[in-house]
Amino acid sequence: MTAKYETHEHDVLIIGAGGAGLRAAIEALGQGASVAVVCKSLLGKAHTVMAEGGIAAAMANVDQADDWPTHFRDTLRGGKFLNNWRMAQLHAQESPERVRELEQWGALFDRTDAGEILQRAFGGHTFKRLCHVGDRTGLELIRTLQDRGIHLGIDVFMECAITRLLKDGDRVVGAFGYWRENGRFVVFKAKSVVIATGGIGKAWRITSNSWEYTGDGMALAYDAGAELMDMEFVQFHPTGMVWPPGVQGILVTEAVRGEGGILTNKDGERFMARYDPEKMDLSTRDVVARAIYTEVREGRGTEHGGAYLDISHKPAEYVKRKLPSMYHQFRELADVDITTGPMEVGPTCHYMMGGIRVDAETSQTTVPGLFAVGEVAAGLHGANRLGGNSLSDLLVFGRRAGLSAAQQARRVGPSTIDSAEIEEAEGEILAPFERPDGFSPYEIHQQLQETMQNYVGIFRNEEDLKKGISEIRRLKDHAAQVRVEGSRLFNPGWHLARDLKAMLTVSEAVALSALERKESRGAHSRIDYPDYDEMWGRQNSVVVRAMDEMKLRQQPVPEMPAELKSILEAK
Amino acid sequence: MADSLFKIFRGDRNSGELVEYKVPIAPGMVVLDALHYIQAHQAPDLAVRWNCKAGKCGSCSAEVNGRPRLTCKTRVDALPLTAPITVKPMRTFPVIKDLVTDVSWNYRVNRKIPPFTPAPDTEWKMFQRDIDRVQEFRKCIECFLCQNVCHVLRDHEKKEQFGGPRFYVRIAGLDMHPLDSLSRTKLLNEDLGIGLCNITKCCTEVCPEDIHITDNAIIPLKERVVDDYYDPVRWFLRKIRKQ
Repeated sequence: MTAKYETHEHDVLIIGAGGAGLRAAIEALGQGASVAVVCKSLLGKAHTVMAEGGIAAAMANVDQADDWPTHFRDTLRGGKFLNNWRMAQLHAQESPERVRELEQWGALFDRTDAGEILQRAFGGHTFKRLCHVGDRTGLELIRTLQDRGIHLGIDVFMECAITRLLKDGDRVVGAFGYWRENGRFVVFKAKSVVIATGGIGKAWRITSNSWEYTGDGMALAYDAGAELMDMEFVQFHPTGMVWPPGVQGILVTEAVRGEGGILTNKDGERFMARYDPEKMDLSTRDVVARAIYTEVREGRGTEHGGAYLDISHKPAEYVKRKLPSMYHQFRELADVDITTGPMEVGPTCHYMMGGIRVDAETSQTTVPGLFAVGEVAAGLHGANRLGGNSLSDLLVFGRRAGLSAAQQARRVGPSTIDSAEIEEAEGEILAPFERPDGFSPYEIHQQLQETMQNYVGIFRNEEDLKKGISEIRRLKDHAAQVRVEGSRLFNPGWHLARDLKAMLTVSEAVALSALERKESRGAHSRIDYPDYDEMWGRQNSVVVRAMDEMKLRQQPVPEMPAELKSILEAK
Repeated sequence: MADSLFKIFRGDRNSGELVEYKVPIAPGMVVLDALHYIQAHQAPDLAVRWNCKAGKCGSCSAEVNGRPRLTCKTRVDALPLTAPITVKPMRTFPVIKDLVTDVSWNYRVNRKIPPFTPAPDTEWKMFQRDIDRVQEFRKCIECFLCQNVCHVLRDHEKKEQFGGPRFYVRIAGLDMHPLDSLSRTKLLNEDLGIGLCNITKCCTEVCPEDIHITDNAIIPLKERVVDDYYDPVRWFLRKIRKQ
């Protein structure tokens, strides 16, 4: 390989430093591998830090009847049975141990009176199951993993963006990227590469996601030949802030409802009684999001187009202790005191159930050398994720991915990186500087967000989706002609130009998969096909690259063993 | 809609100046919204660090009208609109570009701190009253505003001898963890220079998480240092109590 580039070599390269990436890194180090973690932001700022409500784990500290089969059943019911059963089983079985381990690494969860980890109620969970720290559980998780990882010896490469995976034949053997600070290029060589880059929410206008959530990992994997699965299933969290405009989409944790918060419309009616009389406010997210959306559309919304969410019937001190960041968020950003009055909330793009198709046990993708874990991977959550099941996903499968990546690194022989491929990657990333004129990356991004919001949102139909797809393709052409001003020194316009490419790839995959699935299931609601379809209930959608075109196919949902089926049928 | 005038530092390590931008004001707008507006319409290469835009990640620290703030939590309507709003990078850290500073020193300090170390036979039971204080410290979002205002770092440049409020909070979170078995007073006293802090409470004032940095973390740690260094009996007692 050419000496022209700064090069780092490790056994395992992990792209992404959220909960999944850090947990994978810790495990791979424990296996004796050398580990690099590359992240777009500073360490500790990944999206995991924004997780609020808790980690789902059937520890039975509060409700003693809880056990893994119940968690397994809740997860499959929430996911409308499109989940990979084996992932759901491993997740339910292993998450209590992963939480205990976190505590042993220094995490401090809220406690029960008996001195155990306290657990709270959450949508779709039969029992009080979410281990939490007030409403800042994600911060506790990432800080704990970060400090542990640092002391074990992870090499962390902060503010570095990967733009391409490098292959030797069929196998992924490294990655190419640039330093955000100075725009210089860097090559990472590794025996195993783990993608842990999270979701894609920045393709929508109203989202709870940070700037990093641009689908990078999915696009990198797709470009390298990996399969994307369940891309039509995008979770809209029912409760984002709706007012003032600048805060639209910021998450209002489900823990508000877990702690007893009540949803009403402008007439004061508890409308959830009409959508899910049994679970009411703690119904699954897909149901609550559609309910709020429908209330607003039918003229029963609040002043700023949302629903009311009220926790002020609880003692003010309790609210401040259990929901401190919600209290501050509303007081400082919306001039609302949630201990005395209701919040206004509405749906916000929050989470991607779909992603890179992986093996349940090992997190291995269909491309040799490449692993994927966390939100970027598909399978565990099926058509709809339950709150709290993401943090546990990161821990359970982060550990498994780190383990398999390290084991594989011991097995593989030497590889070479093709310098022509690096030069191509370099040419591609520099092209926007060289065009004398072209489109603004900010404008294309804004148009993409409008497109996804309007045509690939909570409720979908064929006409909208087709419009959305043609719009995405038009924007792809524009993105190929994007122009960037300024230098390579910390240049957000340039960074966005590159992130746009990933967003457009995943947006197209989402819209195509949504058009294809002619039924409504979980987070995918087709106005023109409002019911479940049994045939579709047995199929996962898979998107793969074939000759620069996106090809769709159906993949049968793996058949579940009889003993697990009987768990589903119980109760 | 009314416009507001912003004066934003544009420049790098070597030089820079305040550049004026006009931004239309929307209800409830925060300074970070204005910075994004400027990026999208006037200065696409304006460098700003941010992530969550919800006060949870601590990335978007800057000095707004001379006050260290998270720009995502600074409402434009809370600032006087009669004068331009100035936004400058944190002064204590070297500028990389515009509002982005090099905060890597903080990460190097963090590496010096021995991690949580439970005793080998620990029983994993803790009560809420025993962890309330530590949970306060663990609210820290690492915005580094406390480091930025601390005069030991800001005016006296003692980065090599001093850890700064952020890392005293971090050590307090470890040393006061009911199941931790280490003492970090030697590190505090010798490597991280806690004695240089003369408790002016500037750090506490700017903390967006309302952590009582001085009263709850620094002062008790200073007391522990004094006890360990000058009172061998108490040093011995705490040592055996911890084990």
